[in-house]
Amino acid sequence: MKQSVTLNKTNGKEGTGFLKSFLSKFKMKPFQLDVKDILKKVVVPILSILAFIGLWHAGAKALYNMEATYKIEKALTDQGQEAATAMETCILSGDISCQPNTLPSPVQVWTSFKTLLADHQIISADKIAFKEKTAALNEKRVAEGKEPITYTGRPSFVDQIFTSLKTVFAGFLLALLIAVPIGIVIGLSETLRNSFNWLIQIFKPVSPVVWLLLVFMIVKTMTKDSNQDSAFIISFISVGLCAMWATLVNTAMGVSSVDKDYINVAKVLKLGQFQKVFKVILPSSLPLIFTGLRITLSVAWMVLIAIELLAQSPGLGSFVWEEFQNGANDSNSKIIVAMFIIGIIGFLLDRIMLTIQNMVSFNKNEGV
Amino acid sequence: MKVYKMAYLELNNICKTYGQGAGSTEVLTDINLKIEEGEFVAIVGFTGSGKTTLVNLINGLLTPTSGEVLFKGKPVTDTSHERGVIFQNYSLLPWLTVGQNVYIAVKAAFPKESKFNLNKKVNEYVEMVNLTPAITKRPKELSGGMRQRVAVARALAMNPEMIIMDEPLGALDALTRGNLQDEILNIWSKDKRTALLITNDVDEGIYMADRIIPLRPGPKATLGPEFTIDIERPRDKTALNDNPIYKQTRNSIIEYLMGIGNERKAVSESIYELPDLSPKNFVA
Repeated sequence: MKQSVTLNKTNGKEGTGFLKSFLSKFKMKPFQLDVKDILKKVVVPILSILAFIGLWHAGAKALYNMEATYKIEKALTDQGQEAATAMETCILSGDISCQPNTLPSPVQVWTSFKTLLADHQIISADKIAFKEKTAALNEKRVAEGKEPITYTGRPSFVDQIFTSLKTVFAGFLLALLIAVPIGIVIGLSETLRNSFNWLIQIFKPVSPVVWLLLVFMIVKTMTKDSNQDSAFIISFISVGLCAMWATLVNTAMGVSSVDKDYINVAKVLKLGQFQKVFKVILPSSLPLIFTGLRITLSVAWMVLIAIELLAQSPGLGSFVWEEFQNGANDSNSKIIVAMFIIGIIGFLLDRIMLTIQNMVSFNKNEGV
Repeated sequence: MKVYKMAYLELNNICKTYGQGAGSTEVLTDINLKIEEGEFVAIVGFTGSGKTTLVNLINGLLTPTSGEVLFKGKPVTDTSHERGVIFQNYSLLPWLTVGQNVYIAVKAAFPKESKFNLNKKVNEYVEMVNLTPAITKRPKELSGGMRQRVAVARALAMNPEMIIMDEPLGALDALTRGNLQDEILNIWSKDKRTALLITNDVDEGIYMADRIIPLRPGPKATLGPEFTIDIERPRDKTALNDNPIYKQTRNSIIEYLMGIGNERKAVSESIYELPDLSPKNFVA
């Protein structure tokens, strides 16, 4: 029997046999492409992106033409035929001074993105140069007990992103530190839940703008005699207060709705109150707490832009607002760049939270 | 002559009512039960007859509206490590592994033991239910039978003097059920703990218990007459089918339960008039 097997092996099938063992050695699956799968997961999304860009391009072009026609007509009625022709040739030549100001095309946005990156490189090179230049002087100043000289130039777009991230994380942390403990305490006691419910229900739908004003009233007074930058404090506290409600409600709900079976287990095992909370109630409500934290983070990021805009705190929000006020030729496309960056970062933050959630909780829920 | 011995577990005129006033329902009425030390008693009843309420009264999760539960002569007011419970739906903590699920129980029962000894105990009991290969798995990754074995290990690891089982095998398939019945009997006979089994399966009751007591269905459920099973242990499941005592006991219990069932049907007083309908175009 064994002989016949070895005979079979050498019988001309050496090549495939070798290949198979080679493949299995490296744990490679035989290369099989599922056409339908690829179509569904790769081709369709790419097509939809292309369709989006195409639609955007067409829309931008239509708006551009509308604006251009309007400009020419205005020149015609205001200044006569000559000015109208001049305007038309000016627009066609692509001169910056007379370009119609409207929704930028995908190409313009891409160009602005590259401009912003180049700008960042220039500024960071400038910063490094400044640091080198002032290094010796700063050492002397520190030795004399004076404040070192810091770079006070304009922040680049990338710097603004990091400022925004810093603010949102500070706000998120604040929300977490306030909402989770309070949520647990409220969830554990029905009396407390009933007595705080009205407060939660009333404050939950309050707009971020109002929170900002409230925080401003308080922080302004409290930081009266310090020369600290209160804009950052105001914006991160407002972000935290706006975003914490989802976590608070979810934590309270998770803690109060622990499966009765688990509570019975805790009772039968005679776990102490402390152990009951930390070994049974909290682990079982962790999935809901994390769902709340996920919502909180995305709300925080969404609200942040508006709050930065109002609080004059540096970051993406003020970047957008400044560009809008600026009204330069490429301002509109820079705003669109910021829009995409905000969206992508928001998406990434949500993914990070989902990953952490899946790591810590026993319920592996599919990411949506 | 029978020598009077103080009952190990004693239920005296237990009544349990849920709710208050007009909306209240009396689930259990006038329950009297005595279980001796080392005995294996089964309570058989229909679903929804108040079996779980009865179990929770005995293990201390609920307190009776009137009457008293005495365990070793002392009234039961709270849960205790002396009475291990195996719940109907396993109630394992899903975020803990098999080992951790048992550990939390051992740790609660023996808070002063060293970690090493606790782990030794965990391993011992997990080994006993043949789950050592799955000790690091979570309940979700286990089959129903394996989960129930973890629940058994968790209840026994606390070294209780009495085991209370609330339909422990209800959700399992017939084969796994048979195996686990044997395992539970093995463990019980090894150190003769007192055991109370709640079940809806008469055969299971006869196979496992010394005495079977039917629970008449609720509301106002109460215990029926007891049936003693005089079959020698260890019992052989296949031979049991031909055992005349088995047949006779089984028939009388089922007859009794069927009688209750019929009684229950007859209680319904309202008569529903059925509409006189015939299918349209039946011929065509």
